[in-house]
Amino acid sequence: MDAYLLYGLAVVGLVLSLVKDKTKTTTALKKAWKAFEGILPQFLTVLVLVAVALAILDTATISRFLGTKAGIWGILGASIIGAITLIPGFVAFPAAAALLAQGAGATQIAAFVSSLMMVGVVTLPMEIKYFGQRVAILRNVLAFMFSIVAALFVGWMVSL
Amino acid sequence: MDGVTMKKDLKRYSGVIVAIIAFIAFIVFLPVWRTKAIVSIVFQTKTMLLVIPPIFILLGLLDVWVPREKMIRYMGAGSGVKGGVLAFLLGSFAAGPLYGAFPFAAVLMKKGASFTNILIFIGAWSTTKIPMLLFEISALGPRFALSRLAIDIVGIIVIAFAIKAVLPKKEVARLYAQAETID
Repeated sequence: MDAYLLYGLAVVGLVLSLVKDKTKTTTALKKAWKAFEGILPQFLTVLVLVAVALAILDTATISRFLGTKAGIWGILGASIIGAITLIPGFVAFPAAAALLAQGAGATQIAAFVSSLMMVGVVTLPMEIKYFGQRVAILRNVLAFMFSIVAALFVGWMVSL
Repeated sequence: MDGVTMKKDLKRYSGVIVAIIAFIAFIVFLPVWRTKAIVSIVFQTKTMLLVIPPIFILLGLLDVWVPREKMIRYMGAGSGVKGGVLAFLLGSFAAGPLYGAFPFAAVLMKKGASFTNILIFIGAWSTTKIPMLLFEISALGPRFALSRLAIDIVGIIVIAFAIKAVLPKKEVARLYAQAETID
């Protein structure tokens, strides 16, 4: 669903651009390619990191952890797992929903979902390339702490 | 390709080469995870190949068509709340994984968007994307999804301002100078 939206936008943009100015469109495509080639080494590194992280922490392992561990350690663990994995929403949400239905804590699930989206340990090489170590690490640390706060809030709201 | 560029490329890709060797060692010596590692690298490669072309085409178009003065007016340092809201909406209407946001943010920086707005944009892209929100509501329920959305909006703003506050001006200037070199 995500990808269709992106392709729709890109195609509409390209057509409009072509109609208005052919040379500018060629420049845009050249820039697109250069930007891609510039980040390609980091992309490939991230690819390998993600593959290893997801081999060790596959959906079944994550589910087992989130489904059984409760309390503050459960929340912390869920945040850590979310931080080091990179799973698209269309895979993560149904898995999270199944866990909730089986009685897993909403707070743990929220911690996992929040840090999954906001914290990216395996994508750090890319983030550092554009934002430097300082910003990248700071952003991820703050987002990690925040995902725990967000989880407590969501857990409380769901329990009302 | 001459010798100098080849040497430069080799240096740029040295990290990748190390990562690939480590990956091969991983699947050779740890057969327990072998299949899963291969399945997930194939899946991730497919996802990347799928989402990368449109993201980079859009950022190329943005770079060519949006004049710097416009970007500064709408999202620059003096754009105030309106600039923040625009950055937030831009990130929320985006699609694709967070790593797609970084090159995009770099082009916004190059065009003169303020650093706080860049951070808001990244925060919104990471967590309040509208297509994903609709999916989250249907999977986890409106109470879960909407309370997460509400707290996330607060979090995005707090994190953006916190980073801006502790980051030395020199580092911000360095990042902008670096974004400037994107061609």
